[in-house]
Amino acid sequence: MIRRQSLAGTTYTFDGLVEVMAKATPVRSGDQLAGCAASSDAERVAAASVLADLPLTTFLEELVVPYESDEVTRLIIDSHDAAAFSTVSHLTVGGFRDWLLETAAGPGAATVLAAVSPGLTPEMVAAVSKIMRSSDLIAVAAAVRVTTAFRTTIGLPGRLGTRLQPNHPTDDPAGIAAATLDGLLMGSGDAVIGINPATDSPQATARLLHLLDDVRQRFDIPMQSCVLSHVTTTVNLIEQGVPVDLVFQSIAGTEGANAGFGVTVPMLLEANEAGRSLGRGTVGDNVMYLETGQGSALSAGAHLGTGGKPVDQQTLETRSYGLARALDPLLINTVVGFIGPEYLYDGKQIIRAGLEDHFCGKLLGLPMGVDVCYTNHAEADTDDMDTLLTLLGVAGAAFVIAVPGADDIMLGYQSLSFHDALYVRQVLDLRPAPEFEAWLTRMGMADADGRVLPLDLAGSPLLALAGPLGKGA
Amino acid sequence: MNEDVPVDDPWAVLRASTQARIGLGRAGSSLPTRRVLEFAAAHAAARDAVHEPLDVESFGAAVAEVGIGTPVHVRSRAESRAEYLRRPDLGREPADLAGLAPDGSDVAVVLADGLSPRALAEHGAGMLRALVDALGEQYRIAPPVIATQARVALGDAVGEALGVTTLVVVIGERPGLSVADSLGIYLTHAPRPGRSDADRNCISNIHPPGGQSYANAARITAALVAGSRELGVSGVRLKDTAGPELLA
Repeated sequence: MIRRQSLAGTTYTFDGLVEVMAKATPVRSGDQLAGCAASSDAERVAAASVLADLPLTTFLEELVVPYESDEVTRLIIDSHDAAAFSTVSHLTVGGFRDWLLETAAGPGAATVLAAVSPGLTPEMVAAVSKIMRSSDLIAVAAAVRVTTAFRTTIGLPGRLGTRLQPNHPTDDPAGIAAATLDGLLMGSGDAVIGINPATDSPQATARLLHLLDDVRQRFDIPMQSCVLSHVTTTVNLIEQGVPVDLVFQSIAGTEGANAGFGVTVPMLLEANEAGRSLGRGTVGDNVMYLETGQGSALSAGAHLGTGGKPVDQQTLETRSYGLARALDPLLINTVVGFIGPEYLYDGKQIIRAGLEDHFCGKLLGLPMGVDVCYTNHAEADTDDMDTLLTLLGVAGAAFVIAVPGADDIMLGYQSLSFHDALYVRQVLDLRPAPEFEAWLTRMGMADADGRVLPLDLAGSPLLALAGPLGKGA
Repeated sequence: MNEDVPVDDPWAVLRASTQARIGLGRAGSSLPTRRVLEFAAAHAAARDAVHEPLDVESFGAAVAEVGIGTPVHVRSRAESRAEYLRRPDLGREPADLAGLAPDGSDVAVVLADGLSPRALAEHGAGMLRALVDALGEQYRIAPPVIATQARVALGDAVGEALGVTTLVVVIGERPGLSVADSLGIYLTHAPRPGRSDADRNCISNIHPPGGQSYANAARITAALVAGSRELGVSGVRLKDTAGPELLA
C-alpha cells in the first residue's frame, strides 16, 4: 500500500509498511548500510507522522516479514492474544503512545501494562518506540514490572542485578576464578555468573560449569551460573549430568538469522524443557538466558521482509523478543554496542538503541537487561556508557553486565565495570536481588543497608577462591 | 606458592593468571584516579590507532626497500575514515585499479590499513620482508600493493587484476585496549570479487615482541600457500586438511 505525507510543501511517498517503519526510525548507521533509512530528516519525520496515524490492527494484517516463509512471524501471529489486545485495539500508533504515557502516570500501571502485553506484537511495540522520545521510553519502561526467578529473583522494584562476566582468552580456570572473586567482592553476580567460553568444546564448557558450581556450593551463594555455549552443546551436557543452571542462546528476529546461529524455534522450546527438567532452581524455574542485538540479521544477510525490502534493524531486534517471550527466560539482554559502528555509529545511536531495546523487551513482558558496551572503532567512550547506565537505572532495567575494570579481555570490547554497578546502585538507591543481598550481608561483605563494603582481599571470607593464595590463610 | 609477593598486595598473585583489570581498589563506589587514567590511556591508544591515517609516502619507501618492486597504492571507495567505519561494503571495493596488470606472478601481497593503520606502519614492512624470505624462492611475487581505507575483501579485486593464484592480505586488526598495533594475514586461493570469509585462512595477533613474530607468521603463511596450491582451495577445507600444526 502506498502512503503519502506532506511536510513543508513536499509530499513524501512510502511503499508498504516495511518502508514506513524503516524510514520512521531514528537515524542509525545499520539502516543506512542496509539502504532502508530515510534520506533526510524531513523524510524521517514524514514517515513518523504516517506511522503515528496507522491503526494498531494494521500490524495484524500487513506483515513485515511474510508468514509463509518465516517461523518467527508464525510464532508471533499464532500466539497473539486477541482478548488482551482488545483494550488498545481501537488505537492508532500515536494514540497508543499517548495511552502508554497516561497509563504509566496513573494508578495500577504495572497491572494494566502486564494485562495488555500478550496482546501486543513486536511490530506494534517497535512502531510505537520509533515515535517515542527517550523520556517516553524511560517513563513507560519504569512503570512495567517483570519478575523472574531461579535461585535469585530478577526484576523486583528497587533492584538492579548484574551479570558477572569473568571471561578469559584461554578459559584458564585460575584466571576465571580470579575475575569471579573480584566481582563477588564488589557485590556483582546476582543475575548470573556467565562465562563466554573461548571455544565451543563440550569438555571446556563442562569444566567451567563444574568450576562455577563448586564455587556456588563452597560458599553457599544464592546464584545461577551459565557458560554461553551453543544451545545444542548445553543440552548434550544436561543429558550427561553436568550441572547446568541456565541454558543460553543468541537469538535474532528472522528465521534466516536464527539459522545463522544454528537454531530453530522448536529446538529452543525443547532446550527450555530440558533445562527445566533438572529442577535446579530454588525460588523459581525460569532457565533460559538469551542475548540479542540490533544488526544481527543484517550481518547474517537475513534482514529482508515483505516485498524483498530491507527491514530496519530495530524492528527485527524487537521481533527477537517475540521469540524470547515464548521461552520464559530468566534473563535476556541486548548487547547494544558490541556489533560495531556500521550498525550503531556513535554514543548517541548506542544510547538510543539501548533505551529502545529495553523498553520494547520490557513492554513485551521480558526481564530485560542491557550489556552497556562499545568497541574501540565506535565513536563512543565511558561517558556515553555512564549516561546509558544511569538512564537504564532510572528506566528500571533488570540487570546490566559487568567485567573487571570494564575491559573484557576475551571478547575485546568494553562493557561496564563492577564499580559502575556500585555507582548506579548508590545514586539511584538500587539494591541487588534480595537473596544475593542477604548472602552479602551474612558474609560480612555488605552492611545492613546493602552497601558493599570495600573489603581487603586478604581479610575477605572468599579468599579461598583465590586457589593457592587462599591455602595459606 | 609464591613467597615473594608482598603481603600488602595479594592481588599480584592472582594477576599472574589473568590480564583482566582485577583488584583495582575503590574511591567510594568508583575507580581510583590512577585506574581511571590508565583506562583512558589504553582507550586513547586504541582510538588513535584506528583514526590516525597511514603515512603512505614513508610506508611506501620502507616497503620499496624490501626489494620486490615499487609499491602501487590502491584506495577503496570509502572516501573518509568516518565513511570507512560506517560502510564496510565501500571498503571492500577498490576505487581504481590503474597500474595493476598480470605479470606472470604467482602470489600477490596486499598491505592494507584495515582498522589499525598504526599496526601496518609499525609491522607491515617487516612482515613483508619475512613473507618474501619464506615464499620468494619458490614463487614469483608481484610488486606489493598498499591499500588504504581497505577491508580484507578489497584484495580479491587486486588479486584478480594481477592474475595471481594466491592472494595474501596483510591488514591492521581492530585495536583492543591492551594491543593497538596487531596485524592479521588472510590467505585466499584464486582471488576474485565475491569470495567469502569461509574461503580464507587467517593468522592473527602478529605484533612482536608481545604477539606472534614475523618469521612464525610467515612460516605458517608459506605452509598455507603450499597447501592451498596443492589442494586448489583455501578456507575451511584447507584448514581441515592442513591440521592443527599450521594454525598453532
